[in-house]
Amino acid sequence: MKIAVCVKQIPDPATPYELDPGTNFVARPDDQVLDDTDRYGVEVGLQLVEEIGEDATLTLVSMSPSGTLQGIRQALAMGADRAIIIDDGSLRGADALTTAKVLAAALKEDGFDLVIAGTESTDGYAGVMPQQLAELLDVPSLSFARKVERDGDKIRVERQTQAGYNVVEASLPALLTVTSGVVEPRYPNFKGIMQAKKKPVETKTCADLGVEPVSQQIIQSVEPIPARQAGEIVEDEGEGYLKIVAKLEEAKVI
Amino acid sequence: MTTWVFCEEVDGAPSSSSLELLSKARGWGDTAVLYVGVGNDAAFAALGAHGASTVHHLDTGDALPAPLAAAALANLVEGASSDLLLFGMGSTERDVAGRLSARTGSPVLSNATDIDPTGDQVIVTNEILGGTTKVMTAATTGRVIVVARPKAFSAERGDGGSPEVVAVEVPDVGHAGSAVVLERHVEESDGPDLEAASIVIGGGRGMGGADDKWESVTKLAGLLGGAVGATRAVVDAGWVPYSLQIGQTGKTVKPDVYIACGISGAMQHLVGMKDSSTIIAINKDAEAPIFSVADLGIVGDVHKVMPALISALEAR
Ligand SMILES: Cc1cc2nc3c(=O)[nH]c(=O)nc-3n(C[C@H](O)[C@H](O)[C@H](O)COP(=O)(O)OP(=O)(O)OC[C@H]3O[C@@H](n4cnc5c(N)ncnc54)[C@H](O)[C@@H]3O)c2cc1C
Ligand SMILES: Nc1ncnc2c1ncn2[C@@H]1O[C@H](COP(=O)(O)O)[C@@H](O)[C@H]1O
Repeated sequence: MKIAVCVKQIPDPATPYELDPGTNFVARPDDQVLDDTDRYGVEVGLQLVEEIGEDATLTLVSMSPSGTLQGIRQALAMGADRAIIIDDGSLRGADALTTAKVLAAALKEDGFDLVIAGTESTDGYAGVMPQQLAELLDVPSLSFARKVERDGDKIRVERQTQAGYNVVEASLPALLTVTSGVVEPRYPNFKGIMQAKKKPVETKTCADLGVEPVSQQIIQSVEPIPARQAGEIVEDEGEGYLKIVAKLEEAKVI
Repeated sequence: MTTWVFCEEVDGAPSSSSLELLSKARGWGDTAVLYVGVGNDAAFAALGAHGASTVHHLDTGDALPAPLAAAALANLVEGASSDLLLFGMGSTERDVAGRLSARTGSPVLSNATDIDPTGDQVIVTNEILGGTTKVMTAATTGRVIVVARPKAFSAERGDGGSPEVVAVEVPDVGHAGSAVVLERHVEESDGPDLEAASIVIGGGRGMGGADDKWESVTKLAGLLGGAVGATRAVVDAGWVPYSLQIGQTGKTVKPDVYIACGISGAMQHLVGMKDSSTIIAINKDAEAPIFSVADLGIVGDVHKVMPALISALEAR
């Protein structure tokens, strides 16, 4: 079974993000990290690979400036076998649909039985790319999975809904999106980190894949939103609750 | 131009997002709804009252609806030169929006907090970087898909009558449409509806655990007639169901009073509650970001402050 996990490299969320003043796109440094959200997808993929055994492989697919590949190495160190990176200057600021077209072309070329993605990324959080991808690949999607099980060539998930969850099933090939409650991602060990340096990483361009990026949207303006004013902060010395009672009275809710 | 609003049936009624979006869109001209679910007259009438002129009704039975709904919508808008298609942020809503975009080659503008179709352009506002920065984006095509944040618009009845209801045949999309729903589970929570409550008690990882550790959150909500909410950290840990999650990937609340208990105030949580009228926070870390949005911040231990508050309220 061929499992592909879509992973995104993003600027480290611990550092303040900057917008490129010329384009208003988020500035992308050379050193990008693996989106924390995608560690869950990688972990689900690895658990399936371990369950199936020798016949299963895990390929990472990412559209991003390759830079130092720090983020991709993180996922390889967790245990993925190889990576395909689509890096092309014309993809700067690409919209979700272009991203989906690029990833779909790479996945079709490489072959897949199961594609795994996150429900939304940490930096962009548009949360629609995986469904665009499923449609382009013409496969069913088991989205918002908070629990994943395999039964032969069927995948069954608990799909998070507004009111609770549904048990949903589809046969392969299929696409899966996983929430962050689905599994506990492993931390790479020393051996994994050493091996990751030698694992194959293929780099492709749009021309290689025969995809032409189109953009159908233009950023018109970017402006700061005035921050909410902070109020009174008090250290609790056993009487803090009285302040809360007074505030609730002031708000006329008691 | 027709504005299409996607509506998923929830508990036999139209989704709250569909009523919010219709209320916003009805002033722009013709409005149509794709309604996915079993359907009933009361639900269709509610859509009419909120501004729908036509309701196209699709019942996909036990199939997972997104690929079928996307194909049906693509068929309905085929041939029209311009359309605006509006969705909420729920799981099925986003699934359909994404698939429809790929099927029709139309862009999706996500996380919208405002939508403005002026002239031959649609301008969508969204907030990035944790709600600190506002971005306005114009779509350059005639057919635009917008996914809007919950409560970006308020649902208000207009003077619309009953809509025309048209049955839609379930399209055949082959393997892509073959996922089936085997079981449906509702995770009930007591007390008032989180999104409508005028007081919300939000609990975070600082509560220390489920059950007895979490109990003061539930108790406080009970005493104040409020609803219980939670951070994603707490939902992921399995202490409470996802239906209580507040934030970027959960519900948006705007109560009169929000009390954050043991919540750090990550930007993904703040976007779901920062518009509450009064925010009170209890956190033992004076540096916690939640204090930067709080009207009253108590630097202290939730397991000391909350029991004292509960006794004081009980004594009243
Ligand atoms: C794409 C994406 C989407 C996300 N969506 C959401 C979302 O919708 N909603 C959401 O909430 N999060 C979301 N998150 C997660 C978010 O980034 C934070 O991880 C989460 O909100 C943290 O929850 P918390 O405040 O409960 O936990 P923590 O950040 O661990 O904070 C716990 C707090 O409790 C305090 N504390 C500990 N013990 C005590 C005590 N005894 N008394 C008082 N205070 C105490 C600590 O000082 C700390 O500030 C998302 C993240 C990503 C990447
Ligand atoms: N550039 C990308 N390369 C690979 N996967 C991506 C990319 N962008 C988004 N994804 C996948 O799609 C998910 C949702 O991302 P988004 O649509 O940006 O919220 C992520 O968790 C990834 O799994």
